[in-house]
Amino acid sequence: MSAAPTVRHIPDRLDKALTSILLSWESLLVLVAVAIFIANSLASPYFLDAYALSDLTFNFAEKALIALAMALLIISGEIDLSVAATMALTSTLMGFAAQFGVGTFGLVIIGIAVGLACGVFNGFLVTGLGLPSIVVTIGTMSLFRGVSFIILGDQAYKGYPESFAFFGQGYVWGVISFEFALFLVAAVIYWFLLHRTNFGRRIFAIGNNQVTAQFSGVRVKRIKFILFCLTGLMAGIASILLTSRLGSTRPSIAQGYELEAITMVVLGGVSILGGAGSIIGVVLAAFIMGLVTFGLGLLNVPGIVMSIFIGLLLIIIIALPILWRRFGWLIKA
Amino acid sequence: MKDIFKIREVWLAIVIAAMIGAITLRSPSFASPINLGQIFNDTSILIILALGQMSVILTRSIDLSMAANLCFTGMVVAMLNASHPGIPIFVLIIVAMFVGLILGAINGALVWKVGIPPIVVTLGTLTIYRGSTFVISGGKWVNADKMSPEFINFQRVDIFGIPVLSLTAILVVIVFQVFLTRTPLGRSIFAIGVNPTAAVYTGINGGRTKFVAFCMSGLLAGLAGYLWISRYVIASVEVANGYELNIIAACVIGGISIAGGIGSVGGAVLGSLFLGIISNALPVINISPFWQMAISGSAIIFAIVLNARSERKQGRIILKKAETA
Repeated sequence: MSAAPTVRHIPDRLDKALTSILLSWESLLVLVAVAIFIANSLASPYFLDAYALSDLTFNFAEKALIALAMALLIISGEIDLSVAATMALTSTLMGFAAQFGVGTFGLVIIGIAVGLACGVFNGFLVTGLGLPSIVVTIGTMSLFRGVSFIILGDQAYKGYPESFAFFGQGYVWGVISFEFALFLVAAVIYWFLLHRTNFGRRIFAIGNNQVTAQFSGVRVKRIKFILFCLTGLMAGIASILLTSRLGSTRPSIAQGYELEAITMVVLGGVSILGGAGSIIGVVLAAFIMGLVTFGLGLLNVPGIVMSIFIGLLLIIIIALPILWRRFGWLIKA
Repeated sequence: MKDIFKIREVWLAIVIAAMIGAITLRSPSFASPINLGQIFNDTSILIILALGQMSVILTRSIDLSMAANLCFTGMVVAMLNASHPGIPIFVLIIVAMFVGLILGAINGALVWKVGIPPIVVTLGTLTIYRGSTFVISGGKWVNADKMSPEFINFQRVDIFGIPVLSLTAILVVIVFQVFLTRTPLGRSIFAIGVNPTAAVYTGINGGRTKFVAFCMSGLLAGLAGYLWISRYVIASVEVANGYELNIIAACVIGGISIAGGIGSVGGAVLGSLFLGIISNALPVINISPFWQMAISGSAIIFAIVLNARSERKQGRIILKKAETA
């Protein structure tokens, strides 16, 4: 008997050296998050409290849920600016249904269905008609929120069923809120989807080179369509949470959420040009944004001033690696 | 190519004329010269902003920070006016344009020298500029009674029967038309958008051209900052919140391709007028103003579909697009 033929094992990825892990985007984010956490606990005596930290999660869970799906969409080279408007439309239609005595279960179904429908509409315009997503979603952003304004005007919907309040205000286990638990579960699902499935590999392939992906047998349009649907779906879910937390709906609900969700994605190391990024990065970025806004809130810093910090954080954290690379190149030359 | 552009603007002008005609059936006074002049005056600020945005979009970039820039510069001049009423109005306008230019140059420098994608840069500066407005004002408003009469009235003065606000818009339109079609810099803005690789081979500095485009949009946002504050006589952090999307919408409806290189001054003006007429017409024909957002949203989507069709008729690409690292 001859020996079994030796099989040459070719790893599909090279083992990462410790230094490259240390220098990765995610480590940078962890450092920033830890630094902000320590600064916060030194700055305010109220910060290190289980309930305060639990409140913190309400700050970002809704936007972060959208950011998870948005990350996949941006990696594939598209973008969806209409997510906040989708939330407004979803919330309005849920409020409309609630006026007719639709129960909690029915409202959740409506929320998911409307969000999904908005995603399908965007997906059809972008992949079906071949239009650029950035302007399409600027258009649907006006359209979706505009429909909310037509339905509601300057009125507000209240009177949601009592059991509906659970999604935005309830706790699953101890101080772990339903919103936070849902975000963690969703993060694991999206991590698996992006980093452990063929579908995820195809998203990266599309983002890196759409033409090559097409010729390699990737159904580019179908995958992009699914991603738009997922983003709409997550916006619908986020809308259920936000509506439940606020207990009322105005057409201006969730204004500006789209920019915050995109900021999370970009801060998380996802390339705005597509083709690169990780879910872990997005989750870390969500925590950083939550920590910054919550910590500054405890110090009585107004929300609008916090936005300066978020904006600076976004630009600096993206500029740093670019400048670092340039700096290093200068030393070698 | 030129014929398509011509058809495009003529087509948009026909739609606008048809809209005015239809509204006039419901309300005969709508098409009167006075009312149309009023609408143009109302739309002047949007036209000025759309031209700034257009120069950025033509270079394949986008400026989301224009409305925040407007808000910041408006607050600066309003506070200057409130604390030093003696400063002549021309100085204030120059200050507004200068501050706007600086803010635009910051965007441009981050795009050019650091190499961050424009959408990320302006997403960041959008929040920074608006937040800074809160910081310099301490969250307070500057009301009409704190502004000097010249500050408020300057743009309402009629010259040959046309308000200064409208004249400013007309002047900016003329300057832009000459700049974009008759100067090397203006042509290089188009060249960068049509084919960046070919533009580099012809000796155009892409980064610098984008920098200039951002400076232009900043300058015009600054000018619009003064005009906006003196028109609505209130300066607050909320001024023009979300208006950046209206500006982009005006450009898109006007046929300016978000992919860069395609567009005209006439298109940007007509796109702005389209939105201006809708917002002025709704109360006249007894439709709740709450319909406006949905209507402009539908108009944007409709316009993109048409844009995409005309863009497909482009000439053959001889030089392949280079891989951008």
